[in-house]
Amino acid sequence: MSTPLLEVWNLCAFYGRAQVLFDLTFRLQAGEVMALVGRNGAGKTTTLKAIMGLVSASAKQATFKGHSLGSLPTYKIARLGLGYVPEDRRIFTDLTVEENLETGRRQASAGRSPWTPERLFRLFPNLAEMRGRRGNQMSGGEQQMLAIARTLMGNPDAILLDEPSEGIAPVIVQMMAEAVRAMKAEGVAVLLSEQNWAFAAGISDRACVIERGEIRFQGSMAELMANEALRAETLGV
Amino acid sequence: MDPAFLAVQALSGLSSASSLFITACGLTIVFGVTRIVNFAHGSLYMIGAYTAATLVPRLLELSFGPATFWAGILASALIVGLIGVLIEVLLLRRIYGAPELFQLLATFGVVLVVQDLVVQVFGPQDILGPRAPGLRAPVEILGRRFPSYELVLIAAGPVVLGLVWLLLRKTRFGVLVRAATQDRDMVASLGVNQAMLFTGTLFLGAFLAGLGGALQIPRVSANTGMDLSIIAEAFVVTVVGGMGSVPGAFLAALIIGQLQAFGILIFPKSTLVVVFLLMAVVLAVRPYGFFGRAEVIGGTHAVGIASHKRMPRGTLAAWIAIAALACLPLVGDAYLLKVATEILIFALFAFSLQLLIGVGGLVSFGHAAFFGLGAYGAALAVKWYGASMEAALPLGLCLAALGAALIGAFVVRLSGIYLAMMTLAAAQILYAVAFQWVEVTGGDNGIVGVWPSGWASGPVPYYLLTLAVTVVAVFLLRRIIDAPFGYALRAARDSEARAEAIGLKVRQHRWLAFVISGAAAGLAGGIYAFSRGSVDPSLLGISTSVDALTMLLLGGIQTVTGPLVGAGVLHFLRDLIMPLTPFWRLLLGLSIIAMVLIFPRGLVGTIRYWREERA
Repeated sequence: MSTPLLEVWNLCAFYGRAQVLFDLTFRLQAGEVMALVGRNGAGKTTTLKAIMGLVSASAKQATFKGHSLGSLPTYKIARLGLGYVPEDRRIFTDLTVEENLETGRRQASAGRSPWTPERLFRLFPNLAEMRGRRGNQMSGGEQQMLAIARTLMGNPDAILLDEPSEGIAPVIVQMMAEAVRAMKAEGVAVLLSEQNWAFAAGISDRACVIERGEIRFQGSMAELMANEALRAETLGV
Repeated sequence: MDPAFLAVQALSGLSSASSLFITACGLTIVFGVTRIVNFAHGSLYMIGAYTAATLVPRLLELSFGPATFWAGILASALIVGLIGVLIEVLLLRRIYGAPELFQLLATFGVVLVVQDLVVQVFGPQDILGPRAPGLRAPVEILGRRFPSYELVLIAAGPVVLGLVWLLLRKTRFGVLVRAATQDRDMVASLGVNQAMLFTGTLFLGAFLAGLGGALQIPRVSANTGMDLSIIAEAFVVTVVGGMGSVPGAFLAALIIGQLQAFGILIFPKSTLVVVFLLMAVVLAVRPYGFFGRAEVIGGTHAVGIASHKRMPRGTLAAWIAIAALACLPLVGDAYLLKVATEILIFALFAFSLQLLIGVGGLVSFGHAAFFGLGAYGAALAVKWYGASMEAALPLGLCLAALGAALIGAFVVRLSGIYLAMMTLAAAQILYAVAFQWVEVTGGDNGIVGVWPSGWASGPVPYYLLTLAVTVVAVFLLRRIIDAPFGYALRAARDSEARAEAIGLKVRQHRWLAFVISGAAAGLAGGIYAFSRGSVDPSLLGISTSVDALTMLLLGGIQTVTGPLVGAGVLHFLRDLIMPLTPFWRLLLGLSIIAMVLIFPRGLVGTIRYWREERA
């Protein structure tokens, strides 16, 4: 097996004195899509935040492209090429679509064709029609597209994508699936946190089932599809 | 009225609006990004004026001409910008996550430090700057002479607005600053180093403050009172315009400039009152100013309370402490008793603030208003009606409660930083009234001859009276804090929405808290007036408010003994330091900063925290 792009081991996290993550260990290979699935409150979002350094993990042992993420501040983690799209999207509502994209812009690593606003507008044609519009005048789905596009402007090698299908119209969910496939085609690895089983199953290579802050299953998506008992128990599907 | 006079009045209103905008613009930008209300912004303005008044004449000696003059002004602003960077790196960077109250106090510490340093560097005398070459002759407007330099100032405001607009809209730095104004964590997640962004913002803000100050040198001489007078006005501009909004600041400055220019015709003595009344009206209608947006901060976050425990019960230790204090006259001399009396008074004052801040989560930054109202109420009753102490003290208390009821009715509509600014403004109005309504209040001289009744005069009886009043008042406040009313206040502090959802009338409770707290502060003020025999406007000033906050925080929020310990320590430090050194402001400022950085829980709170951690 090649060295993983992102490797996390024994990840624990606390809110106050309450422990919410217990010794999570997993790997994300370059160019693959891995889904973190689990019920609401299982700890999926916290896992992504802990990797980005946005919640205090007691002992974070994680490497990205061989660099230890240990106690790096969030912006340095992002600069290593790890993008993050939060579940509440967090569009800058006072900024226009183009300005939002500008906030994410970072140099691409050598040998990669960089994401530009024009390329992203081809990926998300809806955005192209509203370049000058402010974030507070966009629908949830449009904001979701913008959030992904904004992170892609940083030319990341991997993206932590939190609940992209939440609260948006089915037709836009289809576009999100397309977007994830397009990212994968560009060689961007995706760590997807998702409650929408059908969506996650359709686009992921591997899956990791989280329940109450602990990993219950890790393996290929096909394996998880086959294991109906586990799915029924942990996901209710 | 003479149209020429009106035109000149309007023009001078525009020029002061310009100056005010340039300074306030920096304050609002810094707040927008860092969420810190920088008290030291006025100090940066003052440094700008002093630097320019010192630097520009030297430059003009080398090469006389308009280019030199303006280069000198810009160089001064640049120097101030670098000082702003220094303040960011040394202090602000460490307190971005701290509760707002601590941030305000820390930057007020900087104000004190700068006051001493400015005297040290530039000397104690005012410095009159040179007039601008090429702009010395007045121009004629409708037959009246008007200084041409003022016309340049009128143009400077819109020019700065335009340049700031371009910077914020058309550059990457500007886009990132605006993004960070909204969501700092997200900006970091996109790989932006916030530290650089914040340092850059502080440079910009300080540069604008310095520019505002430097531009004043041909009009007014640089003096040591500039910092607090401009910061009060700049606060009003930013709050009225909406904190963080540059166009809002511009609009507010325009209105305030005109109000000052024409208000002088209505209230010749106090344009300040007009300005603060405008603020009160605007905030009553639009709680977040013209273009501001609702702040989610406030409540617990504003004051940083961690403990949810009951306040400790009155124990044997408390009774022993009271008994020991009662026995103090047996061992202490007159001087010690006088100091002890003052400490007790300020402990009561600080404890009254406890109800608002610790229990209510309401950062009152103008608590001196109620202390001063109590003192003035008592003193006025003695002066004008020959009232005895027994009658005057309740009258003072009533006046303070009445004032708190009025001010409270306005401010309970607000939260977080707006509430702090509004209480500060209210205290400043009262300060202005006490200072300027000479016929009634005696102005700067205050009122003298406020002596206690025969039975209570002398150090020992008055000390015992103070002790009795303080103990009873603190006991009553304690009861209130642990009563359902206190629980309701705490519920509203921790989550306003949830408190309302369970049927608590949050505003009504908070208003009542203001009245009770104001009454207690007024009682302390009245006793203070009789202990000194006089009152003066400084009792209503910003420093008195800050004293109360410092004592409360020094001792620790949510402790019974905290205010007493805080009052004691602060007095002790003052009495110890002040006689020894001409730099007591510097030392006091540094102590406040150190307190915020090292003991964010206060002294008593820190000890309690250590104990709880060990347990």
